[in-house]
Amino acid sequence: MTTVVNVPPSLDDHSFDDVLRQVTSVSPDAKVLLDARHVRWASPYGLTALLTFAQTRAERPALAVPDLDETVSYWARAGFFRQAEELYELHGNYPKRAGGSDSNVLLEITSVAKSEDVHDVVGRIQQKAQSMLGELNLDAKATVGFAMTLSEICQNIVEHAGRGGWVMVQTYRWTKRLGRRVVVIAVADAGVGFRQSLESLPGKDRGDRWDDAAALEDAVIRGVSRFRDPGRGQGLAGVRRYLGRWDGKLSVRSGTARIAIVPNWDDDVPLAEHLPPFPGAQVQVTIPERAPSSPSQHASARTKR
Amino acid sequence: MMNHIDLSSVLRQTVACDLYSNLVTRPTGAAVRNQIERLLGDVHDRTLTVIDFSQVSMIDFSCADEVIAKLLLRYEADNPPREAYFLFRGVTEEHWEAIEAVLERRGLALVLEQADGIHVVGTLSAEERSVWEMAQRLGRAATLQLADALGAPPTDVQRALDALRRRRLVMRFGDDYVVVGAYRG
Repeated sequence: MTTVVNVPPSLDDHSFDDVLRQVTSVSPDAKVLLDARHVRWASPYGLTALLTFAQTRAERPALAVPDLDETVSYWARAGFFRQAEELYELHGNYPKRAGGSDSNVLLEITSVAKSEDVHDVVGRIQQKAQSMLGELNLDAKATVGFAMTLSEICQNIVEHAGRGGWVMVQTYRWTKRLGRRVVVIAVADAGVGFRQSLESLPGKDRGDRWDDAAALEDAVIRGVSRFRDPGRGQGLAGVRRYLGRWDGKLSVRSGTARIAIVPNWDDDVPLAEHLPPFPGAQVQVTIPERAPSSPSQHASARTKR
Repeated sequence: MMNHIDLSSVLRQTVACDLYSNLVTRPTGAAVRNQIERLLGDVHDRTLTVIDFSQVSMIDFSCADEVIAKLLLRYEADNPPREAYFLFRGVTEEHWEAIEAVLERRGLALVLEQADGIHVVGTLSAEERSVWEMAQRLGRAATLQLADALGAPPTDVQRALDALRRRRLVMRFGDDYVVVGAYRG
């Protein structure tokens, strides 16, 4: 028997949980069909999470591709189908070739499994990042930090996940929340999540409260790593500093929790618990266009805890 | 003896790809550090090595920790493989954010060569910093000269010099001390 899962028309880091909720009671080896026919828009998080979702299923899942030509064309330009063909039985019409690039897609969906992949990703993003961040009124100083952020987040897959994942970088106008353009990095894997990774730390005191949320707080807020080496855990700390400077948002989901460093322009919750389970880790970085009147280099990000 | 190590060349040898000019990822950083140590293994006695970032586009936190922090930690340890000193050249704003973060996290300091001269950066006590800066100003000086110039007790100055020497920020020649980078062997 196949379980049909409805994919929301607008697929992002929050609405993807609706997909997961529909499979919480479905056995991992059961057949699942993701019905994405009515999807009109998907964020980089949504697309990379769809690929990651397929990795979590023992039985190869099926995916009904969007009906809307515009949507399916965009997914193709984002490199989604090239990756999805390996993971899903795809139903419906979609371009076998991307048919030109999309200037808003700074980095199409790219698999990350080893250190060399991170070199490739960073190398490919650097030139585009400079012009793109300029368009967002961010000065040249933001470019290097952007590449560093991308590198460190991708390295989380290489260092901790235990299996490959995906990264995508895109700009778009975020009308609903911000009314400005943003650049978004999404990195997702279905490997070892933060909780299991930190549990491998020798002598780890799990305390009274030890769950996915506590593991995320340790890793993202306190810079704890599964390695004893005190030099570890600098990557996410550096990402937080960078985003604080450019008014960006960091959101990390792992297992049943999501933690966010929330800037003033957003009203996300700092910590969401008891979410439908999703293996591995899914990271989203959002950097907004700077309004021309904004003061330079202010750090308005706050950690709502 | 003075060495010059172009990090971009070491990077290309390490990752076996001419296209990479970025120092990113821990495995890359560890490989680059190992290659630096192999190059240092070819020399004997006291050495000053210029680590040149001029052709490196960027370095991330993980790689900075592997290349810089772990290199410094190894040579300022109680039993270093040899008496090696390092001078960092070509470090720009693009590199500085990652380097500064690892120095701070590890409590390390290093000597930078910039267009306007050499500077000590990173984590130092106020005493260490003032002694280093006076030693730089005097060029080559003994403990008592430095103590006189600073108006500080010689025992305090000697303690700071011992720490700076252990941290490979000053070199000792007989009774005299010279900041790293001022002496080119």
